[in-house]
Formats: sequence, C-alpha cells, structure tokens
Amino acid sequence: MIEPLWEIFVRSRRGLSHTHVGSLHAPDATMALRNARDVYTRRQEGVSIWVVRASDITASSPDEKDEFFDPAGDKVYRHPTFYQVPEGVEHL
Amino acid sequence: MSHLGYAAGMDSFQATIDADGRIEPRDAMPDGYRKTLIRQIAQHAHSEIIGMQPEGNWISRAPSLRRKAILMAKVQDEAGHGLYLYAAAETLGVDRADVLDLLHSGKQKYSSIFNYPTLTWADIGAIGWLVDGAAIVNQVPLCRCSYGPYARAMVRVCKEESFHQRQGFEILYTLCNGTPEQKAMAQDALDRWWWPSLMMFGPPDSASTHSEQSMAWGIKRHSNDELRQRFVDMTVPQADVLGLRVPDDGLSYDEEAGHYRFSEPDYTELYDVVKGNGPCNQERLAHRVKAHEDGAWVREAAAAYAEKQALKEAAA
Repeated sequence: MIEPLWEIFVRSRRGLSHTHVGSLHAPDATMALRNARDVYTRRQEGVSIWVVRASDITASSPDEKDEFFDPAGDKVYRHPTFYQVPEGVEHL
Repeated sequence: MSHLGYAAGMDSFQATIDADGRIEPRDAMPDGYRKTLIRQIAQHAHSEIIGMQPEGNWISRAPSLRRKAILMAKVQDEAGHGLYLYAAAETLGVDRADVLDLLHSGKQKYSSIFNYPTLTWADIGAIGWLVDGAAIVNQVPLCRCSYGPYARAMVRVCKEESFHQRQGFEILYTLCNGTPEQKAMAQDALDRWWWPSLMMFGPPDSASTHSEQSMAWGIKRHSNDELRQRFVDMTVPQADVLGLRVPDDGLSYDEEAGHYRFSEPDYTELYDVVKGNGPCNQERLAHRVKAHEDGAWVREAAAAYAEKQALKEAAA
C-alpha cells in the first residue's frame, strides 16, 4: 500500500497567492488537507490550503530549460528599461 | 536531454555550486551529491522523530498545565520537522517508506544524543537549552545549503526551534531560582547533558570523514570544530546567568582570542553510542518500530476508505 504524494500550497494571507510549501503523503485529498493543516500551519501560517496530487503536475524539464525559455531571451524590448527617455520627460 | 547531453547538465551543476546558487530536485547532479544528501537528510529526519521519545517521556508528568501544553507543542513540532525532512529526501528520488525501513532495520542512524535517558524534569530543560541550542548552531548554516528543498525545510525548522531553546532555558531558570534541591536537579542535568551536547557536532575535524567533500558541494558551511566552538561561546555565559557550573575543569576565557577554551570531549563515548551501546539505543528503536507497527491499521483503514470513495465517485 503506497499512499500518494501531495504537493501543498498555502495562502499566507488574503491578497497573496498560494505558495508551494512542501509535500506529504495521504490516502485521499481530505486527509491530505487535514495533514497539511497540522504539518504546515501549526502557527497560523495560512488562511487557505491547496493540495494537488504530485502525479497530476506536469513540469518543464530542467534539461530543456535553455531551448524552452529561449524565445524570451532576445526580447529585451519587453522591458521599459529598453527605451531611452529624453531628458525632461516625466510621468512616462 | 540537452543537445550537449549529460555533460552540459554537470557543467551547470558545478557552475551553480560555484556561484553559490541552489540545486533543485530535477537538476542533473553527481551521484555522490545525491547519495550524500539522501543519507544526511534521512538521518536528520530520523533524529527529529526519535527525538520525540526522551521528551514525550515527561508529557504526562509535566509540573503544570502550562508546561504540559508547551511540551506537547514542542514534541508535535519535532514530528513536523521529521515530515519536512522526509519530504525533502523524497525529492531526491527515494520513497519515505524505504527510508523508514532503513531506520527500523538499524541501517541508518539518528543523532546519538537521543540515546541518553531523561531522568528528571530538569532534563527537559537541559534538552531544550543545550540539545536544541546545539541543533540550532548546526542548522542555521544549513539554511544556506546548496540543495534547495533541504535549505527551505531548514528555514522552517530554525524558525520553530527558537521557542524550543527558550522554553528549555526557562525551565532551568525557574529551577535555579527555586529550592536548593531544585537547583541541584538543574546542575545534575547540566552535568549529564554537557558532554553529549558537545558531541552533537560530530567527531573532531582531524577525524571527520565526510566533511571535505560536503564543504566543496556547499552542503556543509562550517567545520565540526568551528560549530562546537560557536556553541560553547554562546552557552557558557548563559550557564553563568543560571548560576550553574559547566562541568569542565579546563574551561577558561581567552581574552585575546575572544573565545572560551574547553576540554576535548571523550569521543570514544560518541563512537560507542553510535555503534549501538548507549544507554537507550535498543529502547528507542524498539519503541519506534512498535509505534510504526501499531499504527499500521490506521494507514490500512484510511487507504481502504479512500479506495471505496474513489469507486463510489467513479460509479456516480
């Protein structure tokens, strides 16, 4: 009997997004939530928890990271710092 | 696979280490790095959960409801720390169940400090103050360990440990300001826990087998002797506040160096306890195995329930 692995995401307070905090084993989603509460929020670290089966996550491969993220590499014009602003121009 | 193959991954491993960057779970890494981390993180996790036993021993006999609630919270934290660490070990490709088997069969160790008994309530104070104090000195540099999941787990653990050390000091401070018998109990606890605490930093640098490679890989940041010195420098003035005597005739303050000079612990005792001959080795392991086996029905019931619910959902 192997308990599935769950990845745990906690929203630390309203207005912030859920952040990955770690993982744990549990037989089902309900137990995963309860265990996540006891393992990752013993000091009121969160107002909301997501649990996701680790096997349901598709991740980009670190081996391909150069090619995969290549397209953004030569597009510096996507950043405001790329542009020259003439002296004296404000609020731009 | 990158177009340059495996070697490109290895280059970027060394480049990442050299730039003091972090290695993440699916990055290419040398076999030795992976194995060293699995061993170290697993043994760290084992230490956390075996460490629940000496303190759990006093939950039902804590002297007040306040002390009892604090001690329960602390022991629960140790369980949590074990879980953070087992999760970190699993990111390296091992299964928690297999790692637990290695503990239960005695093939992997845990910190030798937990093979000493907790004879009096003052021992709970000494564990918090000295054992958790030494653990913090060991663990703070691990927050900058080159392996991301281990470093992140350590950040959480260190945040939580600081209350552990304070509650231990508070227990001893209360005893030291109580009756002469209570103060004697605190002194007795310091006498018994001082040397084992110094040994928590491992063998002296001259005899440490894993250190050099671990330093090169950014797993370890300071040598055993450096950390031991740091601990002594922190702790001796705290003993003065308690009005207790550190049981070392060779202890003196070196004004010029700004460090305490202290006697070398008897490392033959450390090696002997590691080998399994400490006062509580067998008891600790037997209790762990029994707790695991006694809990089997809970895991089986939870799995059966999950399976039944999944079938119901599929049929609906």
